[in-house]
Amino acid sequence: MVPWFWGVAIVLGIAGLVVGFAIAPTDFQQGDAYRIIFIHVPAAWMSMLIYLVLAFWAAWGWMLNARLASMYARALAPTGALFTFIALWTGALWGKPTWGTWWVWDARLTSEFILLLLYVGYMALTEAIDDARRSAHAGALLALVGAVNVPIIYFSVRWWNTLHQGATISMTTAPKMVSTMLTSMLLLTLSFWAYSFAVVFTRTRAFVLEEEADTEWVRLLTAGAKGN
Amino acid sequence: MQWKSLGDFVHMGGYGLYVWGSYAVTLAVMAAEAQITARRLRRAFSSAKQGDRA
Repeated sequence: MVPWFWGVAIVLGIAGLVVGFAIAPTDFQQGDAYRIIFIHVPAAWMSMLIYLVLAFWAAWGWMLNARLASMYARALAPTGALFTFIALWTGALWGKPTWGTWWVWDARLTSEFILLLLYVGYMALTEAIDDARRSAHAGALLALVGAVNVPIIYFSVRWWNTLHQGATISMTTAPKMVSTMLTSMLLLTLSFWAYSFAVVFTRTRAFVLEEEADTEWVRLLTAGAKGN
Repeated sequence: MQWKSLGDFVHMGGYGLYVWGSYAVTLAVMAAEAQITARRLRRAFSSAKQGDRA
């Protein structure tokens, strides 16, 4: 199943870039700088979505003592942190030419930065505790408390007066952008989504093999295969 | 298509550094993560196969 997700990620990624660079027109206000949106918004969406999924599996693993769920949560964290970093990085490179600054401590940027700290904190905490149950317990607590931050990020541009522009896409009104721009953004969102599945599944398998190396089923599995 | 030449495309209306700086770093970190994760799985597999984890 993992190679299939890789395939989808690559094909949709290329399609999204072709639409975004070959077909979508130049923005009349921002010129071609706006083309950063095609990865900025999908990365920001993924950073929030992955956090919510992480918090869900962490809570599930903690409450039901389900080890696989806790491993899922831990496997999601680096990928979530990666997308948060991409959102901040591309945001800085977009902010410089359009706002005249790489960074400003406004509500949207600050809350997204806190998200990065939450991911890093979660990873550090779960790594630091050797006992799997206590690690899952502490991680879930942090993940759940931090989940409050996600709606704050999402609604920050509405609740506060920020330098960051308002939502381009909303569920209730027609998107304020040309359909080819929207198409490119959605293709890259699906591509990032498939990428996340591929990489998180791979990491979860690695965690399972590392922690269950002494069990009978892993011995049977590895004995029958050539590796890789 | 709005690009007259390859140079025009790279120039990106004067925003080339910002646009390509965003895309290059995004691609690089995603490729790196994929690589690191795949290697971790391979190592986990081969050490589980040997079965003598101290």
